[in-house]
Amino acid sequence: MGSQSPLVEKKSYLKDTTAFTISELDQIREQFPILGRLTASGAPLAFLDNAASTQRPLAVIDAMSDCFRRYYANVHRGIHTLSEESTAAYEQARRTVAEFINAASDREVIFTAGATASINTVARTWGDANLGRGDVVLTTIAEHHANIVPWHQLAERTGCKVVFLPITSEYTFDDTVVRDHLERLQPKLFAFTAVSNVLGTKTPVRRWAQLAKSFGAVTLVDASQATPHEPIDVQSLDTDFLVFGGHKMCGPTGIGVLHGKQQLLEDMPAFLGGGGMILRVTTEGFEPAELPDKFEAGTPPIAEAIGLAAAANFLTGLGLERIAAHEHALCKIADQGLREMQGVEVIGPDAGQKGGIVSFSIDGVHAHDIAQELDHLGIAVRAGHHCTMPLHRWMKKTSTTRASFYLYNRPQEAERFLEAIELVKTKFTRSGRRRRQRNPQ
Amino acid sequence: MSSEQDIYEEHVLDHYEDPYHRGDLEKATHSHEADNPLCGDVVHIDLRIDGDEKIQEAWFSGDGCVISQASASMLMETIEGKSLEDIRNFTAEEMLALFGPKLTPNRQKCCLLSWRVLQSAIHAPVDDLPPDNEDGPDVNFGGPSLSEET
Repeated sequence: MGSQSPLVEKKSYLKDTTAFTISELDQIREQFPILGRLTASGAPLAFLDNAASTQRPLAVIDAMSDCFRRYYANVHRGIHTLSEESTAAYEQARRTVAEFINAASDREVIFTAGATASINTVARTWGDANLGRGDVVLTTIAEHHANIVPWHQLAERTGCKVVFLPITSEYTFDDTVVRDHLERLQPKLFAFTAVSNVLGTKTPVRRWAQLAKSFGAVTLVDASQATPHEPIDVQSLDTDFLVFGGHKMCGPTGIGVLHGKQQLLEDMPAFLGGGGMILRVTTEGFEPAELPDKFEAGTPPIAEAIGLAAAANFLTGLGLERIAAHEHALCKIADQGLREMQGVEVIGPDAGQKGGIVSFSIDGVHAHDIAQELDHLGIAVRAGHHCTMPLHRWMKKTSTTRASFYLYNRPQEAERFLEAIELVKTKFTRSGRRRRQRNPQ
Repeated sequence: MSSEQDIYEEHVLDHYEDPYHRGDLEKATHSHEADNPLCGDVVHIDLRIDGDEKIQEAWFSGDGCVISQASASMLMETIEGKSLEDIRNFTAEEMLALFGPKLTPNRQKCCLLSWRVLQSAIHAPVDDLPPDNEDGPDVNFGGPSLSEET
């Protein structure tokens, strides 16, 4: 498909970055057997839908499989060999994740069912206990529904108000507007994303956390699109709550993390009730357990935690900075290529201000048709509102198309993507077609 | 496989570019509109149904992906001259067959939008208020429920 590889002529993306060499990339891709697939039309897969979910390396698959093969049993409740081994592995996973985000203590790392579950936990416990009528939750117009809907629900329960920070016409945020909102509204909570899953825009997390603190607001950061792509240090960022999920960082589905400052977590009432999160239960009531167990009711996602730790180790082994450099370089190829095309609008800031995400629209072509045609050419992207209806409404677009690069994508895939967009444009250009007569049914 | 794909592309794109009866119908006796909020496809159908319960004229308007608009055009072409009884008996499976080659469950929703609108339109005379349940009968193909995308 295509002629001479464009990489030979184009200035090598490798020169200016610490990104992976071609042979390193080959080795990385060997860890992901699924990438060798063909799609339904017989084309080789180019998986550019990483913002939706990521593929698992053998290290993660094997770690989970190993758990089931060798030592799996329920944790915390048994004294027998398998239970002790499982418990040790589960708690080691917690330590690994705590190190991955540089948490001050393991007790601050709560395993949940995912980033969405983490945010709901905060909304239903800290939120219910601390917000009342007239209080403000400040968030942004670019948030994923996971960081919007729980606050709408909280508002219904408590009478608090949810206020949305705007983005600029360059798809970034204006710090003076943020400061102004914090000052005027005195929100109890400032909940914002570290990286927009549509725009790719990175927020200045540390600066905003400091700003929020100075105005007495608690911060909650949705780091779902950050932890896979850059080093995260919660102590340095000084966020109050930080959430992320496993499946966007090469880990399994069904698990995520709620990180919270120890004092905050201790003051929060328990959320889900059941076994595992109690010290004592009587016919009259119960006493909740200490952290982190207090927020881990029921049998936890044991193998998933082990898988998540394996993913964290895998990413750390490659180096988060190198991963960031690699996907940034690929996204730059795609972003700049799209900007050079007639009739194509890039929805997001320039490549210098984002990681691996590039969303776009094409004049006169519906997002679903773009995605369908790209799939026919083997390229997986996503079309729709990407769980950001308020953002799309603000942009006056019903749907957009999004390509998102990750550590295992090749530069050739970015080139293939651009070639495919040219084909899409040509195919859907009005060309004076006429309806042909059909036989009536 | 590839030539089947070609036929699909040609035929569907023909209808997309040169639709049958795209526009408003002034003397519409029945009318209905629905959208798919998840992707923004909208289809509006105007019908002129005579005293013998026959569809004399069918027109559509709307906005959205190629499949949603092309399928609406094909539907309009098919139903003129048919009776309301024929329409009531015109199933979702038959709509998909009318469109042509196989669609994945996700895209079936796009194709079935105009079918749903039609099924509601025949119960929606222009002078009366619209029915409460606007979107026609529920059809489950066992595919993904196409709720929120991540």
